[in-house]
Amino acid sequence: MSAERAAVAERTVHLIVERQDGPDAEPYEEEFEVPYRPGMNVIACLMEIQRNPVNKAGKPVAPVVWECNCLEEVCGACMMVINGKPRQACSALVDKLEQPIRLQPARTFPVIRDLVVDRSRMFEALKKVKAWIPIDGTYDLGPGPRMAERDRQWAYELSRCFTCGACVEACPNVNERTSFMGAFAISQARLFNAHPTGAMHREERLEALMGEGGIHECGNAQNCVEVCPKGIPLTTSIAEMNRQVTYYAMGAWLRR
Amino acid sequence: MSNQRIIVVGGGLAGLMTTIKIAEMGVPVDLFSLVPVRRSHSVCAQGGINGAVNTKGEGDSPWEHFDDTIYGGDFLANQPPVLGMCEAAPAIIHLMDRMGVMFNRTPEGLLDFRRFGGTKHHRTAFAGASTGQQLLYALDEQVRRHEVAGLVQKYEGWDFLCAVIDDEGICRGIIAQDLRSMEVRAFRADAVVVCTGGLGMIFGKSTNSIINTGSAASALYQQGVYYANPEMIQVHPTAIPGDDKLRLISESVRGEGGRVWTYKDGKPWYFLEEWYPEYGNLVPRDVATRAIFKVCVEMGLGVDGENMVYLDVSHIPAEVLNVRLGSVLDIYEKFVGDDPRKVPMKLFPAVHYSMGGLWVDYDQMTNIPGLFAAGECEYQYHGANRLGANSLLSCIYGGMVAGPNAVRWAKNLRKSCDALPESLYEGYRRREEEKFEAILKMDGPENPYALHRELGKWMTDNVTVVRYNDKLRQTEEKIVELMERWKRIGMADRSRWENQMAQFTRHLWNMLEFARAITRGALLRNESRGAHYKPEFPERDDENFLKTTKARWTPDGPVIEYEDVDVSLIKPRKRNYAVSKEATKE
Ligand SMILES: Cc1cc2nc3c(=O)[nH]c(=O)nc-3n(C[C@H](O)[C@H](O)[C@H](O)COP(=O)(O)OP(=O)(O)OC[C@H]3O[C@@H](n4cnc5c(N)ncnc54)[C@H](O)[C@@H]3O)c2cc1C
Ligand code: SF4
Repeated sequence: MSAERAAVAERTVHLIVERQDGPDAEPYEEEFEVPYRPGMNVIACLMEIQRNPVNKAGKPVAPVVWECNCLEEVCGACMMVINGKPRQACSALVDKLEQPIRLQPARTFPVIRDLVVDRSRMFEALKKVKAWIPIDGTYDLGPGPRMAERDRQWAYELSRCFTCGACVEACPNVNERTSFMGAFAISQARLFNAHPTGAMHREERLEALMGEGGIHECGNAQNCVEVCPKGIPLTTSIAEMNRQVTYYAMGAWLRR
Repeated sequence: MSNQRIIVVGGGLAGLMTTIKIAEMGVPVDLFSLVPVRRSHSVCAQGGINGAVNTKGEGDSPWEHFDDTIYGGDFLANQPPVLGMCEAAPAIIHLMDRMGVMFNRTPEGLLDFRRFGGTKHHRTAFAGASTGQQLLYALDEQVRRHEVAGLVQKYEGWDFLCAVIDDEGICRGIIAQDLRSMEVRAFRADAVVVCTGGLGMIFGKSTNSIINTGSAASALYQQGVYYANPEMIQVHPTAIPGDDKLRLISESVRGEGGRVWTYKDGKPWYFLEEWYPEYGNLVPRDVATRAIFKVCVEMGLGVDGENMVYLDVSHIPAEVLNVRLGSVLDIYEKFVGDDPRKVPMKLFPAVHYSMGGLWVDYDQMTNIPGLFAAGECEYQYHGANRLGANSLLSCIYGGMVAGPNAVRWAKNLRKSCDALPESLYEGYRRREEEKFEAILKMDGPENPYALHRELGKWMTDNVTVVRYNDKLRQTEEKIVELMERWKRIGMADRSRWENQMAQFTRHLWNMLEFARAITRGALLRNESRGAHYKPEFPERDDENFLKTTKARWTPDGPVIEYEDVDVSLIKPRKRNYAVSKEATKE
């Protein structure tokens, strides 16, 4: 082995993982040391623990449990808190992280085990804001509505939200005392209100945003837009939906 | 019969479309998935979806699409269902557009189309470079609508373990495990549709998502479903080599003008353009992959002496790249650190797709009555090599065929699943539960993740681009050895709550069974066709091998049978991408 490769082989990555055996169990910290390889990400470290489930003290333990799937930042599964920041573990490259690397579950959501959390409330929020286009059916009804490419471009940016929950984790207004649905849901409502067919049913989404856990619970902390891995303009979406909601409410008042 | 229930396993494009079709007919669906369906592997698809909408005055047509697909697949696909798919394609694209997919547009506000491999036409609709994600979301949203309306019950975070098959050999439900509580349960159904996707994990690292182990399909193969054309594994020419995964750089990059090259005699050498003047960088994947292998492995001309070539888009204006390829270039930038808008990407081929899969008839029904399959887990549409952007199409189309046929089957049943004895379900359930308990108790020296790595290395080294019979035989022996060692795994995690290691151990066994069939299929096919290439048998041999491989599971390993291919519509001709398709028709 060349001297250089030997040096690489000796280098290790130091991880501190906040673990929890089950939803009601007490959290505890466990340290791990895994061999370093150039270009590796947090997922590769966790995989190394799977292959050699031994903690830093040399004690055999159960491998760390976490969620992941695509490993290229498009499925939204592997969001966790890494060195204090909610982000995707797949795109968290070791070379760019300060060590020891601290991994924690996103505790805004109920913890299932170790780094796995239950994000079903996000999918419930999508139901609430009716985040879909109500098509008549999947039969052949000809082409869809035309759309200007310029509008399509910004709508496409919104459509890339992969329900990772980073914006929810970072939001100070989501906690035990509130039912705030989170920035992503407001942004999705904006997306569907922008679509030519979706716009025909915009009122239903605005009603939802005015209801419990709706847009009025946003405290304008702006943390969401900073953590969104897809760079979705969440605060712009919130401002725009605030405007739509206000006009809608005024109209409703005038119609009384 | 009035109260049918249908089970769909898998919520990628195929499973979601199947679900929508069934729900639309008023029949309730139980939908199972390992992950929340919105995180299914289909999100990874970048480049686009094919359909001969013919908006560019190129005289494209569904027949032309059909011919490209059959020719690209080296004539191994049964032709009638492929024609059906190509004819349905334009309407499928319009349907997805109506569902709100943010497809790129022309200045007139119409759908835009780009080129992909194996065709001369602009036939691929795309939403930036995250088309699969956008299509999946559109279907996911429609399914959520049906969920709210009460027609769909989701079981997300459940692992399919096996089908329940009654005394008459008819599929009557499934056994699945909740991956949180680890509870094993039986579910009744009047028809079951499996849409569980691909199996890239068998090769260790691939472009596939982590959950693509093929476990569900393999379990069904072990229950008697034929595994058709297992040896047809697509290796994509361009991926980023990585430690945890080989990340795809989509063919759409070449469709938009990206060029592949390496240095020869100190000068850039565009070898694909030189060798295949007609199609250039857009030859089908098997052809491009073999060319890159030849350049790197045989000629030793890889970039910096390593197994890599350049893929270059730096000559295309950055604004154009951002609108049409943004997310794929972001992946490169994020994971490698270089900006492909400025410097050429360094890439190498990677296992990508399985053309083979569960055998189905033209109604998408497997050889177990009442059990249907759609999507990448079945074998029907791509022959020996899949054309880019045809998979998303085949998944959606397969779901459109499978859903209504499952409903028809369920309605025509004489006896509903509710009339079957509880003992039938309990028997299956208990057997699966016992298997799981046995896994929890394993206490040998082997680690399942390390075994998986070993399997992946053997499969990648010996059962991918270039195949030799002696190596294939050695691989078979290795797999049998790994199966023995599997029995000596030690379970480091004995928890009965969210136990991923135990689940992975189960999947690993199913991967080993599938790996064996893939290797045997490859060993016995003594010819070269599409993705399957043997230097010892470099020519296609229609006389002996214009046949679908059908692997049947036995405890002593796969038994291979062959079935004739339906070539009733286009007469097989030699593939040659150095010349135009017309020249091959003479
Ligand atoms: C990186 C990449 C890019 C691609 N780009 C393109 C492209 O541009 N164009 C194109 O046409 N094709 C493309 N493909 C291919 C295409 O994405 C896939 O073939 C297709 O998405 C498969 O869809 P599916 O519905 O069959 O399965 P998947 O989307 O893989 O879904 C499988 C479903 O089954 C579930 N499942 C699996 N196993 C079990 C189990 N044991 N129990 C319960 N549920 C289970 C999963 O949870 C999931 O919901 C690409 C593939 C990759 C890897
Ligand atoms: S808006 Fe951004 S941070 Fe929030 S869920 Fe979507 S992708 Fe994640």
